[in-house]
Amino acid sequence: MTTPANLKYTRSHEWVRSEADGTVAVGITFHAQEQLGDIVFIQAPEAGRKVKQGEECAVIESVKAAADIYAPVSGEVIAANPEVADSPERVNRDPYAAWLFRLRPSQPAELAGLLDAAAYAKLAESEKR
Amino acid sequence: MLIFERSRPGRRGAVRVPVRPGNVAEIPRSQLRARPPGLPEVSELDAVRHYTGLSQRNFSIDTHFYPLGSCTMKYNPRACNALAMLPQFLARHPGAPADTGQGFLACLFELQEMLKSVTGMAQVSLAPMAGAQGEFAGVAMIRAYHDSRGDAARDEILVPDAAHGTNPASAVMCGYRVREIPTDADGNVDVAALGSAVGPRTAGLMLTNPSTLGVFERHIVGIGNIVHGAGGLLYYDGANLNAILGRVKPGDMGFDVIHINLHKTFSTPHGGGGPGAGPVGVTAALAPFLPLPVIGQAGAGFRLLDERDAPLTIGRLGAHLGNAGVLLRAYVYMRMLGAAGMRRVADYSTLNANYLMAELRRAGFQIAFPGRRATHEFVVTLKLLRDKTGVTAMDVAKRLLDKGCHAPTAYFPQLVPESLLIEPTETESKETLDAFVAAMKEILEEARRDPQLVKGAPHATPLGRLDEARAARDLDLTWRPG
Repeated sequence: MTTPANLKYTRSHEWVRSEADGTVAVGITFHAQEQLGDIVFIQAPEAGRKVKQGEECAVIESVKAAADIYAPVSGEVIAANPEVADSPERVNRDPYAAWLFRLRPSQPAELAGLLDAAAYAKLAESEKR
Repeated sequence: MLIFERSRPGRRGAVRVPVRPGNVAEIPRSQLRARPPGLPEVSELDAVRHYTGLSQRNFSIDTHFYPLGSCTMKYNPRACNALAMLPQFLARHPGAPADTGQGFLACLFELQEMLKSVTGMAQVSLAPMAGAQGEFAGVAMIRAYHDSRGDAARDEILVPDAAHGTNPASAVMCGYRVREIPTDADGNVDVAALGSAVGPRTAGLMLTNPSTLGVFERHIVGIGNIVHGAGGLLYYDGANLNAILGRVKPGDMGFDVIHINLHKTFSTPHGGGGPGAGPVGVTAALAPFLPLPVIGQAGAGFRLLDERDAPLTIGRLGAHLGNAGVLLRAYVYMRMLGAAGMRRVADYSTLNANYLMAELRRAGFQIAFPGRRATHEFVVTLKLLRDKTGVTAMDVAKRLLDKGCHAPTAYFPQLVPESLLIEPTETESKETLDAFVAAMKEILEEARRDPQLVKGAPHATPLGRLDEARAARDLDLTWRPG
């Protein structure tokens, strides 16, 4: 399993990448897409929506299950990724390139509270039971 | 082959009814068709062969062992269908006055009474036209109850993380926030987590017992006390009533509201997802809110209660009597079984499940909750098999088709990795169960010896493995001329 070191992670299996312009990109981890199986539908939040940390803000459907995606930090949705909406299989193929949406954090301090790669890798491993 | 591909211009079935041109003078020109609809043109025999051929390619409980169990649909005894199809039932207009349909109403009244007796609830409404609608009605009654007491601050429904997805969906449809309660390692609700989750915002807890994990909720009395102590109500999802039918009553466990899926427990047909029926039962305190109509007594006979009788009702969920034909089939099923027969349903469905569980364990399969007795169903986890051989629950499910068994539910419950939820039901003989165990054993050996054989299954069906992901991504249900 891959867990890129330059990303932050949540306990609910989202990854977060800080961008140069101060926004963050959000996707789901390798472990998450593996558990879900072939993804067939993604409902991303609309640009302009304000979300709180931990709030449900997107839905992913696979051939096995539907799962909620939670906002890793509070902020405003800047954009949803049109490419994954059109071809959701990108999330299976390359989960760390296929971002789902971008946020402009309103409480940047929350980012420091997210998991680092080592801590997330440990969590994912423990969940594999 | 699609029936459209059999179509030849001008080919027709024999016309049985007089045909005359309709009067279209009053229909606006813009709404009139320029040419006839693109329907297939085939003879009667073409149509019969086409659909008979499709049915022969099908896997069904009438042809194969079907361990989806009551979750999907039990065997439908033929008598239920035959009696419900009597012309006196079938030909009755639903709007006909009650005094011309006393027999019909008597059957439905008795069905209400039998459901009350078997669930331990004070009153029942047969109105909901599917399980999901029953859930909606049940949660709407919880809301109506709290509102009637001016207790409007309760805006949360608690749902265990093992619950069917319909539970949180129903709660949200009724305007509630959903709070998830974790499950402990034995498959029970985490009582400590429940204790800290309840409070003045708790409208109720929705629970399936036995749970979706195939185990009986051991702390049910304590759970009831916690929820009731916080002023909330206890909702029973009747999905697994089959396991306790006639043995344990949800009312005695402390539940205030229940919905029952008649296709699960009472053997009504469920082809293609319907038509369903999802009666709801409640305690006396919630009876005023039941959806209408409810069948009531009127002198020596019966009548439909309406808004004048029940001004606090949550309302109506459909026209007339709900899915009356489905209700009749459940009525016949219950009358044929009687109280003793219903207890036997619970006994044999749990006996069959426990026998299968023990035999599969002996054959080398890993049981998800090995320390627990099975209810009418149990969960196998193929995680170790997948890690060792790459063969997944889906592969095993597909290979079962080659062995003449329908696949059990796969990947539910979601809490268990690589899960198969196996439910034989009470109608299967020991020989059938043994044949299933033999098939599973063969697959286990194949997975170890030749994983690609299992991963490529099914091999013996009219179609091989379908690309489910592509089917969902590029959904196309419309035929167009080529």
